[in-house]
Amino acid sequence: MLETIAYSIFNGVLYGTLLFMMSSGLTLIFGMMGVLNFAHASFYMLGAYFAYTLGLGTGFWVALFLAPIAVGAFGALVERYGLRRVHQFGHVPELLFTFGLAYVIEELVALFWGTVPVPYKAPPALDTTAFSMFGLNYSVFKVFILVVAVAMFVGLWFLLKKTRAGLIIQGALSRPDMVGALGHNVPRVFMLVFAFGCALAGLGGVVGGIHFVTDPGMAFMMGPIVFVVVVLGGLGSVPGALIASLIIGILQTFFLSINFSLAGAFGALGIEDSGFFGVLWHMETTRIAPVLPFLLLVLTLIFRPRGLLGKREA
Amino acid sequence: MATPSVAGRTNLLKLWPWVVIPLAALVLPFIFTSGHAINLLSHMGVAIIFALSYNMLLGNTGLLSFGHAVYYGLGAYVAMHVLRAINDAGGQGLPVELLPLVGALAGLGFGILFGTFSVRRAGVVFAMITLGLGALVFSSSQMFTDFFGGEAGLFGNRAEAPSLFGIDYASSLAVYYLVVAWALIAAILIYLLRKTPLGWMANAVRDNPERAQFVGYDPTIVRFIQFSLSACFAGLAGGLYVITDEIVNAEVVGQIQSGAVLLGTYIGGIGYFIGPIVGASIVTVLESSLSSYTEAWVLYFGLLFITIVMFAPMGIVGVIHTQYLNWKAGGWKGNTGIRLYLIVTGLIGIFGAICVIELSYHYFRSWDPSAPFVLMGVTVDATTVLPWLACFAIAIIGFGLMLFHGRPMLSRHTGATSRGGNA
Repeated sequence: MLETIAYSIFNGVLYGTLLFMMSSGLTLIFGMMGVLNFAHASFYMLGAYFAYTLGLGTGFWVALFLAPIAVGAFGALVERYGLRRVHQFGHVPELLFTFGLAYVIEELVALFWGTVPVPYKAPPALDTTAFSMFGLNYSVFKVFILVVAVAMFVGLWFLLKKTRAGLIIQGALSRPDMVGALGHNVPRVFMLVFAFGCALAGLGGVVGGIHFVTDPGMAFMMGPIVFVVVVLGGLGSVPGALIASLIIGILQTFFLSINFSLAGAFGALGIEDSGFFGVLWHMETTRIAPVLPFLLLVLTLIFRPRGLLGKREA
Repeated sequence: MATPSVAGRTNLLKLWPWVVIPLAALVLPFIFTSGHAINLLSHMGVAIIFALSYNMLLGNTGLLSFGHAVYYGLGAYVAMHVLRAINDAGGQGLPVELLPLVGALAGLGFGILFGTFSVRRAGVVFAMITLGLGALVFSSSQMFTDFFGGEAGLFGNRAEAPSLFGIDYASSLAVYYLVVAWALIAAILIYLLRKTPLGWMANAVRDNPERAQFVGYDPTIVRFIQFSLSACFAGLAGGLYVITDEIVNAEVVGQIQSGAVLLGTYIGGIGYFIGPIVGASIVTVLESSLSSYTEAWVLYFGLLFITIVMFAPMGIVGVIHTQYLNWKAGGWKGNTGIRLYLIVTGLIGIFGAICVIELSYHYFRSWDPSAPFVLMGVTVDATTVLPWLACFAIAIIGFGLMLFHGRPMLSRHTGATSRGGNA
């Protein structure tokens, strides 16, 4: 039992930090610009692919820095020439634009890199065992993921709360006219926030692409879960996103690693494995796990639309 | 989102689509007689009902849903279970013609169930809650394998069920005419619903919820009724889908299905009743024919959608309608040549872009990029520079002439009123 709990907590935290890396950028973009970027997971995917291709030439460590910058630059172009144009029509066309963009990016990735996964692996230096727990080996790379996530969280928090740039960004959200009157270029602030958010997703991709699989389906797989994190954590709240990621990560891993069903715990009690409640009674937790994030999303939106740490409603 | 629609009293002349489209639907199977074509036409009919039901939300009530396939798919599943029960009873029970009603009832039921908490707010919250519900239902298909039929899905047999009129539904032509009949009924009902006080209040709630509330209508209730009715028609489409395809799997409730209906409806034009009809037809035809010509069809879809969102938010029907009004008002006088020039240069640009995309697909995807490749009737070698240069040149010249030569010319003529996109 202890083994299961320790295993789920460690792997859950690992999965959670990966989720945080993917979604912290979106919580910034969504919270600040009100743009629900449907293509956010696509930028995450681009991060992985850019890092893979750049890494072939420059090695992993250079790619770790270059790939997010490239993704951010691409994000800036998208904002400048796409989103800014549809912004005048309102939030719904923005949503639709990014929705179409997600399709296009996925197809382009499949075009250039093929539909089968690319062999994107951790560099040998990170591929050694760091420690063992209950007979399972944990590589240095997994520790590296945690380190990157913590650095990202601290860096973001510092940027937003302690720097002048963070002050302007926060100002541009609530009072764009005032910030503009003070001589700041508000559209450019928005463009930079969007680019920065995309770069964060790209960084998530550089790391996540190694941990998971780097194939054109990865954006589609992670897309909805990223939304869950943002909504559960609360709009624009970076600490909220972290907490939400950890909750989802641990919960889902825990459900996957224990083999529990009500019938298994309390006996069948004469309830047959048929009909809605009968099936639920016999349901193993492993089959519930994929549903959990979406259940959380819907419940959050119904009962607490501002999320865990959000200040205003979605 | 402003929606210029046929407002006020209905001009009899404006009802011409109601005559032309059903007539075309009746005649089409005599022109395209192959079994494949008739199946395609049936799918088109189903897609049209689905898209019309979707536009009750997006166009009429201003609710952007990312999970409308939930009602379509669940309607289809319930209808499939009923069809299987009829099959098991040896072909006794509900006639095939009424099976879509089962789907409609199921859609309505789930619409009422999920609508109670989905519609409290419009906008982004609604979009996300529907996205969440869509993902929830899709991923729960792995939990309730009895109902969803697991990986393989569920099968039924439409021919092994009674018919009201003694028609043998083994023939796909008979099924097609059943789809046409239901599509016509659904279209008329949805059109009439728009003309009821409920339809007008839905428009009011879309445009200004506060004022709608001020006149004494609760926006939540109006949204809820529209949502449930829309789910009902989506379920009807799902029930018909069971008859045309005789198989359902979890894909019908999935995000791809929800995305497809959104794409089709929006491409057609959400501000017009006929928009979803045009959009759903185009998407169905393209999906089936384009996918057999080129691997890049999803890319073309995405690009078409983005172009429409950016430059023509009123959709294809909207573009045609505004240009028609413009032409009738004499806005084309003296500059028809320039407009044609814009269209031609735009088409050249699109042609060049298509060549580039096709060439890229051949170059990156095929086993041997240097193998001779037939591009637009010309055999080229994708590893040499020349075809690339030519394709890019065509695209750049076409779009360049349109944007930097034709468009300024048109604005000079019309008094510098810039409009999005070309024709």
